[in-house]
Amino acid sequence: MARGKYRIVHYLNQFFAQIGGEEKANTPPLIKEGAVGPGIPLQQVLGEEGEIVATVFCGDNYFAENIETARAQVVEYVSSYTPDVFVAGPAFAAGRYGIACADSCSAVREKLGIPVVTAMYQENPALDIYRKDAYIIPTAGSVLGMKDAIPKMAALVRKLGLGQTVGTPEEEGYFPRGIRVNQFVDQTGAERAVDMLLSKLKGEPFQTEYLMPTFERIPPSPAIKDLASTTIALVTSGGIVPLGNPDRIEAASASKFAEYNIAGIDDLTADAYQTCHGGYDPTYANEDPDRVLPLDAMRILEKSGTIGRLHDLYYITVGNATSVANAQKFGRDIAERLKATDVGGVILTST
Amino acid sequence: MAKEIDRVGLPVAHVATIVPISLTVGANRIVPAIAIPHPLGDPRLPSDEERELRLNLVRKALQALQTEVESQTVFD
Repeated sequence: MARGKYRIVHYLNQFFAQIGGEEKANTPPLIKEGAVGPGIPLQQVLGEEGEIVATVFCGDNYFAENIETARAQVVEYVSSYTPDVFVAGPAFAAGRYGIACADSCSAVREKLGIPVVTAMYQENPALDIYRKDAYIIPTAGSVLGMKDAIPKMAALVRKLGLGQTVGTPEEEGYFPRGIRVNQFVDQTGAERAVDMLLSKLKGEPFQTEYLMPTFERIPPSPAIKDLASTTIALVTSGGIVPLGNPDRIEAASASKFAEYNIAGIDDLTADAYQTCHGGYDPTYANEDPDRVLPLDAMRILEKSGTIGRLHDLYYITVGNATSVANAQKFGRDIAERLKATDVGGVILTST
Repeated sequence: MAKEIDRVGLPVAHVATIVPISLTVGANRIVPAIAIPHPLGDPRLPSDEERELRLNLVRKALQALQTEVESQTVFD
């Protein structure tokens, strides 16, 4: 017996649904039967096995400005067509449309429990917000990438529609979702690691099993021209706080930083300061906190006129397992505060 | 944090024990430190020598702040 066709509902914005341009961007969600716009070539590639039974569309501004209402309405429309797969976009580099596509996917998956697929450019801001919630296929930055995007989306929609197992991001061509899947392999971790290392040493290609996050680069700030007239500030992620840790900075996964006044203090001593940093042996830092926050050395260089002045406040947090997002937030806040003073350079110490 | 401080135009010297982490995260002026539990000290040394060691590390950090760099630089 032939299996029935799997059913797809497709999401588009006002432009791709051929309602209009920016002047129609406030259109609330609507649905119509069958494939529209990019849904037509998508249907062609999918062939006879699956069918785009309906297309939901919404103005980009309406979705972005009324996200909860729009999301709920989209889910309701989608639900009424009882699809097996939901697909949105492609959104390319369009920010509002990317959010609408990915947010619809996320909501449909959560409420209806069906697989969801969208597609967008790697720098679309929606990618990082929703990559865990949906299969997101990479596309070019503009609509010129439509003809490449459609077959890739179709291939994944087909697999999901037929209930087939979806492989890794590399195999299927979607953005990594940060999901780890257990699998059985013949070689132990040690053997695999040594194989990788040998390949690396030979200059051969190898595939890591745990990709490290990549970090944005910032151009270096200009150097200090005249150190003897410059105020320097101390910042540390090594957890040096007044004894008793009055602001309760966490020993790991810090949720905050603190600033403390060191005006008139020439040396950090064990009876007044300590470390609150977990994860390393605190004996040496507690014995002499200058080993982490070099206040004594800075005072010597201040008195000798090597530096203009040491800033009266120092900033401290704990780097132990603190998330990059939190560290960025602390960094931004500290940078803003320092920028508002006469500080011209910073020494940041880490354990 | 080093990056966010650099972003507002303030030069920052990162005195860090685990230089590869500092490089990965993206600090631009890096000064290698002594050890994780005592980055700017060495409890095995007599206190005056230890202070001299610390002064030298801080001088190196200040030197890094006075050096124009185009990209990530480790000041050994």
